[in-house]
Amino acid sequence: MLLIRCPYCGLRPEVEFSYGGEAHISRPEDPNALNDEEWGDFLFMRANQKGAFRERWVHTHGCRRWFNVLRDTSSHEIHATYEVGAPKPDVPGAAKPVRKPRARKSAKP
Amino acid sequence: MVLLGEPEKAMKRFSALSLARNAFTHHENWPRQWRSPEPKPDYDVIVVGGGGHGLATAFYLAKEHGITNVAVLEKGWIGGGNTGRNTTIVRSNYLFDESAHLYEKSLQLFEQLSQELNYNIMMSQRGVMNLAHNLHDVRESKRRVYANKLNGVDADWLEPEEVKAFCPIIDISPKARYPVMGATLQRRAGVARHDAVAWGLARAADDRGVDIIQNCEVTGFRIENGAVTGVETTKGTIGARKVGIVVAGHTSVLCEMAGFRVPLTSHPLQALVSEPIKPVHPCVVMSNAVHVYVSQSDKGELVIGAGIDSYNSYAQRGSFHIIEGQMGALKELFPIFSRLRMMRSWGGIVDTAPDASAIISKTPVDNIFINCGWGTGGFKATPGSGWVFAYTIAKGEPHPLNAGFTLDRFTSGALIDEHGAAGVAH
Ligand SMILES: Cc1cc2nc3c(=O)[nH]c(=O)nc-3n(C[C@H](O)[C@H](O)[C@H](O)COP(=O)(O)OP(=O)(O)OC[C@H]3O[C@@H](n4cnc5c(N)ncnc54)[C@H](O)[C@@H]3O)c2cc1C
Ligand SMILES: [Zn+2]
Repeated sequence: MLLIRCPYCGLRPEVEFSYGGEAHISRPEDPNALNDEEWGDFLFMRANQKGAFRERWVHTHGCRRWFNVLRDTSSHEIHATYEVGAPKPDVPGAAKPVRKPRARKSAKP
Repeated sequence: MVLLGEPEKAMKRFSALSLARNAFTHHENWPRQWRSPEPKPDYDVIVVGGGGHGLATAFYLAKEHGITNVAVLEKGWIGGGNTGRNTTIVRSNYLFDESAHLYEKSLQLFEQLSQELNYNIMMSQRGVMNLAHNLHDVRESKRRVYANKLNGVDADWLEPEEVKAFCPIIDISPKARYPVMGATLQRRAGVARHDAVAWGLARAADDRGVDIIQNCEVTGFRIENGAVTGVETTKGTIGARKVGIVVAGHTSVLCEMAGFRVPLTSHPLQALVSEPIKPVHPCVVMSNAVHVYVSQSDKGELVIGAGIDSYNSYAQRGSFHIIEGQMGALKELFPIFSRLRMMRSWGGIVDTAPDASAIISKTPVDNIFINCGWGTGGFKATPGSGWVFAYTIAKGEPHPLNAGFTLDRFTSGALIDEHGAAGVAH
């Protein structure tokens, strides 16, 4: 079981939390301006890194607030937790911050 | 005697006679079941991933389409991924037409696979029961039974007493925390031996000329003018006219190397086995509501599947509380197991798609094809998946059976929403 540091309540066991998947995906300002491909990307395409990954958790059985976690998906090591809106912490040991997901291409039929 | 440079001995057929003959030499003189060749400079088709699906793809490329200049590249050992880690439930009673047709094709291939491969895959059609615990479950289950029958998939609805008759160790008392209000039963469903499926397919593919290359990790793709020309591997660059990616939990990693995205997330899925006991459990029982699926192996161990961990992971292990919850549910349903010891647990990394259905598709890179998204339930699809994927690679277009399973459904919105339909799909 993971031990997760809620930025508001401190270190708590994983069972108190729920998972929210990839972090830093913002809802398009004007959904009507998107074509089907862009809308499909927003709904379904997700970064799924092996290694350092920024993700959302919510402290369901605690303060019920959402926050972000920088965690390694190979080792499960949690590098940092940070509040929504706070600057993204760097990956320890990495020369530069984690790469942004590459430009979104999507499938042709 | 095999001389250096001479091709290794051809496949030897298994038969009662060959078993008897080899008994005289204490079974020490069986030839190798498949070769371990060095990679050639190039192939017509490279299949990345030596799990059941990749091996089946290579086998059907050779058998159905006469394409034999094929390599299967596996970074570890064949069948060491989810194929060798799963709870081996094989069934075809899915709700939606697309799924029912594809899984039924696979079940029919499974039914002949031992004969076809000349390799005993220990297919045991002992019946799979999916339990209903509340009124909603009952309605959904009956709906699935009717849908299955319309699609020619065998299905029965059982009342609680009939459930008890089919599997006497289940507690059907109305006082139970999750009372059993009935079940669907697919009698042709059951279990098969996972390793045997991988080995049998490998042996038969090798016999038709396919090179199975283990300890060979794909680390990149050669792409020119939007089309693939080869792969980079830990054994050097290998040319390819076409490439099929069949790497389950690692699909996103490989697709990123090729420069396109897929709508998948990777999660741990765990299973465990108990100490061996006498035969007490005659069938396979699945319960979506309490999330139990359990059968008993020929060795006598209970084989029990757990749920996925919510978080993304590539670690091939999950959290303990998942197993704890699993054991509570198991004990509730089968009080007889309350003192049973659990011996081993392990995890695999499953690739889940937003609609819990597979993606068997062309990609934005010409001549790269993907077969993924089988998530928690693709063992049952092994031969069917290989069969349609071989067709897709050979023809460059999907077969009607996988036409609905393409990547562009995430743009068109034509999802195959087995998530809602099955809840969980092992
Ligand atoms: C615990 C558990 C229980 C399950 N229970 C069931 C069940 O009861 N019924 C059912 O139908 N399904 C079940 N499943 C799902 C089923 O196991 C999978 O859907 C299926 O086995 C996938 O087969 P595959 O060949 O696609 O993947 P795998 O067998 O995982 O094969 C993929 C292969 O790709 C290789 N690979 C990865 N990256 C590279 C690379 N860069 N280069 C070369 N090779 C690479 C891996 O080493 C691996 O061997 C279960 C899964 C798990 C984990
Ligand atoms: Zn909190």
